[in-house]
Amino acid sequence: MSTLIPSKFSRRSFLRTSSLTSGGMLIGFNFFTACKDTAVMPVDISKLNYNDFNAFIKIADNGMVTIFSPNPEIGQGVKTSMPMIIAEELEVPWEHVHVAQGVLDTENYVRQVAGGSQSIRFGWDALRQTGATARQMLVNAAATKWKVDPSTCTAKKGIITNSKGETLGYGDVVKEAAGMEVPENVALKDPKEYTLIGTDVGNVDIDKIITGKPLFGLDYKAEGMVYAAVLRPPAFGQTLVSYDETAAKATPGVIDVIKIGSKAQEMMTKEDVNWTVKLAQSEKVVVLAKNTWAAMQGKKAINAVWEQSTTPESTALHQQKLLDLLNGNKFKTLRKDGDIKKAFSKADKVIERTYESPFLPHNCMEPMNFYANVTDEKIHLVGPVQTPADAAATVAAMLGRDMADVRLEMTRMGGGFGRRLYGDFVYEAAEISDTIKKPIKMVSSREDDMTTGVYRPAITYRISASIKDGEITGYHLKEAAINGNMYGLIPNFFPAGAIENYQVDAASYDSSITTGAWRAPYTNFLAFAEQNFIDELAHELDKDPVALRLALLQKVKGSTDDRIQYSPERMEDVIHLAVEKSGYQTPKEGVYQGFCAYYCHNTHVAEVADVVMENNTPVIKKITVAVDCGIVVNPLGALNQVEGGVVDGVGHAMYGDFKFNDSTPASNNYDGYRLIRNGEAPKVETHFVKNTLSPTGLGEPTLPPAGAAIAIAIQKATGNRLYKQPFVSNMKAKNILG
Amino acid sequence: MPTYNLTINGKPQTIEATADMPLLWALRDELDMVGTKYGCGIGQCGACTVHVNGNATRSCQLQVSQLEGKEITTIEGLSEDGSHPVQKAWKEVDVPQCGYCQAGQIMTASAFLDKNPNPSEQEIKNAMHGNICRCAAYNRIQQAVAIAAENKSV
Repeated sequence: MSTLIPSKFSRRSFLRTSSLTSGGMLIGFNFFTACKDTAVMPVDISKLNYNDFNAFIKIADNGMVTIFSPNPEIGQGVKTSMPMIIAEELEVPWEHVHVAQGVLDTENYVRQVAGGSQSIRFGWDALRQTGATARQMLVNAAATKWKVDPSTCTAKKGIITNSKGETLGYGDVVKEAAGMEVPENVALKDPKEYTLIGTDVGNVDIDKIITGKPLFGLDYKAEGMVYAAVLRPPAFGQTLVSYDETAAKATPGVIDVIKIGSKAQEMMTKEDVNWTVKLAQSEKVVVLAKNTWAAMQGKKAINAVWEQSTTPESTALHQQKLLDLLNGNKFKTLRKDGDIKKAFSKADKVIERTYESPFLPHNCMEPMNFYANVTDEKIHLVGPVQTPADAAATVAAMLGRDMADVRLEMTRMGGGFGRRLYGDFVYEAAEISDTIKKPIKMVSSREDDMTTGVYRPAITYRISASIKDGEITGYHLKEAAINGNMYGLIPNFFPAGAIENYQVDAASYDSSITTGAWRAPYTNFLAFAEQNFIDELAHELDKDPVALRLALLQKVKGSTDDRIQYSPERMEDVIHLAVEKSGYQTPKEGVYQGFCAYYCHNTHVAEVADVVMENNTPVIKKITVAVDCGIVVNPLGALNQVEGGVVDGVGHAMYGDFKFNDSTPASNNYDGYRLIRNGEAPKVETHFVKNTLSPTGLGEPTLPPAGAAIAIAIQKATGNRLYKQPFVSNMKAKNILG
Repeated sequence: MPTYNLTINGKPQTIEATADMPLLWALRDELDMVGTKYGCGIGQCGACTVHVNGNATRSCQLQVSQLEGKEITTIEGLSEDGSHPVQKAWKEVDVPQCGYCQAGQIMTASAFLDKNPNPSEQEIKNAMHGNICRCAAYNRIQQAVAIAAENKSV
């Protein structure tokens, strides 16, 4: 059976075609939105117009297909998996497909953002429909040539066959297909018929990566380009008073020293400003040099005077402020079911626990950098950014230029984790180039990156529950966070709906330290607090932790509360799969297992951590993961995401610590900041729930449960229950090995 | 500015640079060999690993003035076409996520396997411990090194 997808847009208008002057057919399409009436399809492949289209597919007259992948690649695999979806419906062998990064963005580039594990989820329908429509046009063209009904023809592996067994390759009919009307009501394939989706496809950039070819922003070079190192305020809330550039200018290789920040500052006075401009608004000193080393050396030679304009903040202050908030009454209520107060007053017992987490830097391995060449005619920007459309629009506004002047090219990104959602480094690069009227490459050092970041803020949770007659009657989650609180749908995650009296409250402390999204925002720590608490509740109730979760899920089934985000049935599936594959009911002698089940980013995940004691030290040996992310487009890539997400979750829960003194980070490089390393990584064993539901994201949802699973296993192994991250600083056994 | 004559990937290269310029930046900015990556600049992450006389070394910690007469190999020179057993294993396992640290991982692994062709699992972990992968693809890195060792010894 084929499926017809209910479409938000008319098929006629979301896709357009043209015949290329160099031969072949070009298809342009938009996600979610119709093409403008004025949208014109280019006939020259070098003039792809991203003003009107999200992405293009070129089918050459030799049948080879080039897909201009529309989404930024930060390591989550979409540059491979999204074209796979098009190729599946287009019925073209993967060997005939070449994937090129979608070159640039502009105002209409709707979902050209990598973040929130949403690329696949949003792209699924549009990509399938585009591939299927293109396939149908090729079939229609062949049928017209043969003078037969298109329904008597089939397309497989780039070849169209009619009922007599005659064949035509896609390349043979592209010219005719390009001129045909775009068909409506094109049938999509049944997932059971997939031949490419669900198979292992290697990373499309693998050959370049293993041979060291230029791919990343830091690798980009242009004629006449100079390197720029930026001296930013050494503490948050500081502003530049004065600086002496003499020694910097005497550094070999240094060309000039300038000051920037006025353009961003000026922009902050306007209305409707993208808030990320705030990140770039302070005055900074820029050293321009012939090479990166000279720029970095010159920067060290600047003698600058700074002034603190805000109250200096320390980690001790943050901890106190967050505890004060938890003890106070400045909460806003995000969800309220029943009557918490009543449930607590009638309870046999009330349990209350507090969980604390530190700030975390993103630490993308490729430091922030961007190329900019601002001339009177054009603004050319090249580099790694997760939000290219926003960045380009903001640069245009900041420099008082027309959007049409801006060309932004995306490179492969050496990690994102949320940091590259914020385009401050793009604005800086543009302002530098605008000031000196030369092509420049702004390069941050590791120290710049770690100390002038947009951090995961410190957050504390206080969870309390009431128990009456052996049942959980009330659940109260309080959040105290820095610079904002959990948003949107998170209050409707588990255990919302499963406990009659349920309340989520949140309070925030305003800090001058910049904070933002970090891989799986809020849930990256909330999962640990909540699942650790549920485990403790199970102990209190003398119930098996898995049985307790299943009993709670039972209460959500058939709920008419449409705010509830997770599916109790899908959660059950991952719980059963994780239990079965990890041997949770029958653990081996000496193996302590921690169980966790969580939903976030539209994906359900259960994880079981295996910990053993070696020389009185807990060692995390293995994590068994069960995931329901719907159809797994590319298992090879999906497994990599799961493995990475889990080990990243383990690493930050174990080691991630980032302290402040006087609004200055206490560590600035990997000698003082610990990231998980090879020998500490547990083995990750992944199992996917097999179903034919639409795919959901994988870049984030496996990270949050990992911290809880290992904490619970460590508790079983050592008797030491953990309430505070990072674990290494908060438990007796200091040397925990993976 | 002084000039230095280096031997990189078997070819003589002349660099005009200050004596203290790290090999990393000479490779990237002066010689257009950008496969060697900058990660931390203090020898802690391994992204900039190259071979000097066959030993895996952090190029951010080597000054161009110290390197005359030494055999330097970078990722660009490990093989002509990605056919080194370690590169092939990396492709077979599909190790990279973002891919940024992988050249350094491959250079560490290849020097290690030259010295220890039949490593144990623990020896692989120890050898690769100095190279950070922020995407945490450590399971696959271990697997690829083991496969490379197997293929090399055949």
